[in-house]
Order: sequence, then structure tokens, then C-alpha cells
Amino acid sequence: MTEAKALIFEMSNPGRRAYSLPESDVPDKEASEYLPEDMLRQTPADLPEVSELDLIRHYTELSRRNHGIDNGFYPLGSCTMKYNPKIHEDVARYLGFSNIHPYQPEESVQGALQLMYELQRDLAEITGMDRVTLQSAAGAQGEWTGLMMIKAYHESRGDTKRDKVIVPDSAHGTNPASATVAGFQAVTVKSNEEGLVSVASLKEAVGDDTAALMLTNPNTLGLFEREIKEIADIVHEAGGLIYYDGANANAILGQARPGDMGFDVVHLNLHKTFTTPHGGGGPGSGPVGVKDILAPFLPKPVVGKGSRGYYLDDDIPQSIGRIKAYHGNFGMLVRAYTYIRTMGPDGLRRVSEDAVLNANYLMKKLQPYFDVPYQQFCKHEFVLSGNRQKKLGVRTLDMAKRLLDFGVHPPTIYFPLIVDECMMIEPTETESKETLDRFVEGMIQIAREAEDCPEDVQEAPHHTMIKRLDEVTAARKPVLRWTKE
Amino acid sequence: MNLPKELRYSDEHEWVKEEGDNKVRIGITDFAQDELGDIVFVELPEEGDELEVDSPFGSVESVKTVSELYAPVSGKVVEVNEDLEDSPENVNEAPYDSGWMIVVEMSQPSDLEKLMDADKYQAMVSED
Repeated sequence: MTEAKALIFEMSNPGRRAYSLPESDVPDKEASEYLPEDMLRQTPADLPEVSELDLIRHYTELSRRNHGIDNGFYPLGSCTMKYNPKIHEDVARYLGFSNIHPYQPEESVQGALQLMYELQRDLAEITGMDRVTLQSAAGAQGEWTGLMMIKAYHESRGDTKRDKVIVPDSAHGTNPASATVAGFQAVTVKSNEEGLVSVASLKEAVGDDTAALMLTNPNTLGLFEREIKEIADIVHEAGGLIYYDGANANAILGQARPGDMGFDVVHLNLHKTFTTPHGGGGPGSGPVGVKDILAPFLPKPVVGKGSRGYYLDDDIPQSIGRIKAYHGNFGMLVRAYTYIRTMGPDGLRRVSEDAVLNANYLMKKLQPYFDVPYQQFCKHEFVLSGNRQKKLGVRTLDMAKRLLDFGVHPPTIYFPLIVDECMMIEPTETESKETLDRFVEGMIQIAREAEDCPEDVQEAPHHTMIKRLDEVTAARKPVLRWTKE
Repeated sequence: MNLPKELRYSDEHEWVKEEGDNKVRIGITDFAQDELGDIVFVELPEEGDELEVDSPFGSVESVKTVSELYAPVSGKVVEVNEDLEDSPENVNEAPYDSGWMIVVEMSQPSDLEKLMDADKYQAMVSED
């Protein structure tokens, strides 16, 4: 069907309409009567003219080309693409949550405030922190918020020369970026041969200019930083604070708490660990938890509880200020709260157990066919290297494209940078053994094809609507706008 | 792998060519461009910018990844390869020629002593 591939502009037929409006009962006025001449368009906008049915078919067809967790397996490492239970959608649509306004009087939104208050408390308990802000709208904003609080903390003590943030080379790319945006200089420490932070390099890197160390634990290789206590001590003794990037919190949920490991600040990604929808641009939610020493600098307001019920507490004189309009992405807070309440403590512990079990199952099954650079037990994710296949002329990118033919979203590739031809695989806890086995079969088939018929992989995908894209030309000479010839 | 003998090499995969008057031309090695794959964007400093040895001075973006460029020497940028803005593919096609990136007037010529010759660089990348 040609219509399926046509742009909506190409389907246009002059005069066709997808709407019909009743006659206006107020007098028509020319736009020039409202707006200055130089603000008015001189040529028609040339919008597509299509029927309602054409329009519906066009967007429905586009939506069918998407891949989401509701369509198939999505083992995108460090992104925790797990099932988002549909009960969250029911609860988020309760009128008391969906039909309220941020400027409503507090006494009329007590339920919403109670939910936020309890979510603050639950996330503090889960992370081992003392206080939590729910404002930030994403993981990276959480990182920035945490770093700004760290900065305010040092400055409040008159300690103004701390301008460096230490980041391991296996860290998420957002860590050095957030440090830079927050006005720090990012300093990299190298991992050791086990893929963990080198304590010796860290000792050399810290000093009286260290503001903080940012760490993901387990790290992007899926490995738990066993020396975490010593790492935290080294940074603290140098006068710095230690930041926990919660991207991989799915691995430790209910098992271990960043607060107990010595971390001073934590952000969580509700859109990863706490099953709010992820991908397609969000909205995300990245609450930040802090130890008491940083509480005076929390963004305001936070939700408090007093004799007259729940209220928005603006009385934080040393606050870094408001970081997001209103009160964060409230709908996401409702979903995460629902998740915590429906799972309960035992359910949340089971999440991390199954996530780690699934990742180790996949790693062991794939080990004979791919290079596994770090062989110890992994946590919720693990990395493979495509080096063996690269020698046959098949790159990791090719294998990722080939996976599309199996209806699987490829894993994260070429990250972390310290692994050659890297594939970072995170199956999550919500996949069945049968799904994992189907993925393993597909990966084994691809490894065989790399040996027997490499061109089948190099030219993949074969069964998708759009075949291999010319990514180089698309990046070098992007055509971002349709123009009428 | 093409590693001209007359150049010096940094462990961050840049090449350095001495051009007299304390000036050096800088680019990335054949090994680096091959590892990065097709390069789609090169971000360079401006003429007059001061570079500090081992600090980032720009970045190279390929379809695979974005990599920082680390200054192999300290000094002032006196020339920038403007052609790379429109033709980043020059870095892939001719890393030692039309793919050059900047010319720097060194502030501490002793930086050069820390760089490797072609054999030593070759040994380093073969180890990886």
C-alpha cells in the first residue's frame, strides 16, 4: 500500500478537510486588524489537506511502526525498559489527581499532597536518605539539582575552592555533562581491569578541590562497586561529598541502600526503576534524596505535614530555589506511588532479585558465542563485546540492526566507551524465561550468521518496513524539512 | 594502519607535526578515525584560544559516539581547519592531510618530549 509510506503532505488534495465547523456567531475579522503587518505570513502555510479518515490512518500507521515495551522485548542497557503496569493509568486518571490545579488551596488537594508526602518518605526509606525532593523532571535534572545542593553546601561553609567533580570512565555521559552545567570541572578516573573504580587512582584524584564524586552502583558494566565503603571514605576524608546516580537502582531495590553505602545525595529515575512510562520523550521524573547535611539546600517547596494537614513548605531559607514549575511531573508521582503500594516491600525486593537473575541467565547463555569482557556475576545488566564478530567483518551496529528482524529492540551499543564494540544488555525482571530464551536463540543465530553469511547481518534489517538507513548522510547532510518541489 | 614516521603521537590518539617557530599542526590518527567510524561533526576551538596540555579542546562526533579531543601541547590556537565544518569526512579520508584540525603556537615546547614516536604509538594501540 503506497499510502502507508506517503508523507501526510503527499496525501494532500486541495479542498479536502478533516473537520467541519459550524458558522461563527461572532463577526469575522481580518488577522491584520489584530496583528502588525510584518507579523503576518505573506504566503499560505501549505498545510496538508486530508480527510478525517486519511488523518486517522496516517497517524495510526505511524504508531504501528513504533517499538515499545508493550510490543516486544526491549533490553536497552541502563534504561530499565520494564513493563509499566496498567493499574497506574487507572489511578493517575482519578479525578482527584487528574482534575486539580497547582494553585488550588492546599486544603482542597490534601489527597494529592498526602501522596507526595508519603512518596517523599517512601523514597527516602528505599534509598537510605533523610529528605527527598520530587521536583526534578528527569535523571539529568536530578543530577544537576544534587550538584547544585553540593555546591551550596560547600559555599555555606566558606569552602569555595572545590571546583572539581570526579567521574569514573564507566559513568553515564550525563554525569560529566551535569557537572559541567553546574559549573564544575569534570575529572575522569579510570576503571581497573575488573571494571571497577580504581581505589589507587581515586586517591590520587581527590584533594581540597574535590567537590564530589559521582558514581553509579552497580556501574554501567553491571558490576557492583565492592570497595564502595572505602571509596566513600576517601572522598569524605578529602572533604568532598558522594553522589549516587540512580540509573541502575533496579539492581539494588530493597537489597542495599545508597545511604548505607555512604552516599550523601541520590537521584532516582521513576521512569526506570518505578515503572512510569519511559521513552518517547517522557515525561520523566527524577526525585533527589539527600542526607540531613544537605537538607537546608533542598529546592522549595517540599511537602510537609503539620497540625492542619499537608502543606507546601516554602520556609527553606538556604534553598537552591525552585527548579521546576509547580510540583514536578505529578502524574508520574502518582504512578510511582501506586507501584510502591501495589508491590510492597517484599515485591520490591523480588524486583531486584529477578532483574539480577534474568541478566545472569542471559549472560551465561550468550557466553559461548560472544566475548564477555567481565566474567564475574553481574547485577541487573551486563556487557558483551562484539570483538569476535568484528574480526569477521561484522560490527556491533550490524548485529543491533539484525536484532530488529527478530522484533527485539537492540541493546545499548558502543557504551560504555571502555568496552570495544560494546553491547549493554538489561533484560529487567518483567520478562519471562520464554522471552529470554527467544532472545538467546536470535543472538546465537546472529553469531552463526556472522561466521557463515556475514552479509545477512551487514545488510540487516531485512524484515522491517524501513531497511538500513544511511546514517552517515543523514547526520552529515540532514534534510529536516519537507519542501514542495 | 598508516602512522607517518615524522609525526609524534599522544596517548589520546592525536598526531602532532612540528612546523617550525614553535608551531605544531594537530589532528587525530588513522587508528582513531577508524575506531570512531564515519565522522559527521568536528567541533574545534577558535583562533586565539589558549589550550592547556591534556585538557579537552574540542570534540569529534561519529555515527557511533562523541569523543573529546585532548590538547597534546599547551599554547595558542593560531589556525583552525574551517573546511571540516562542511567536510568532516576529510578526517576519515585523509587524517594526516586535509583532515588536520588546528595549528598551535606552543607555550611550553617541552610538552613535545612526552609524546610518542610512531613505533611506540603502534605498540600502544596493538596492546589494546
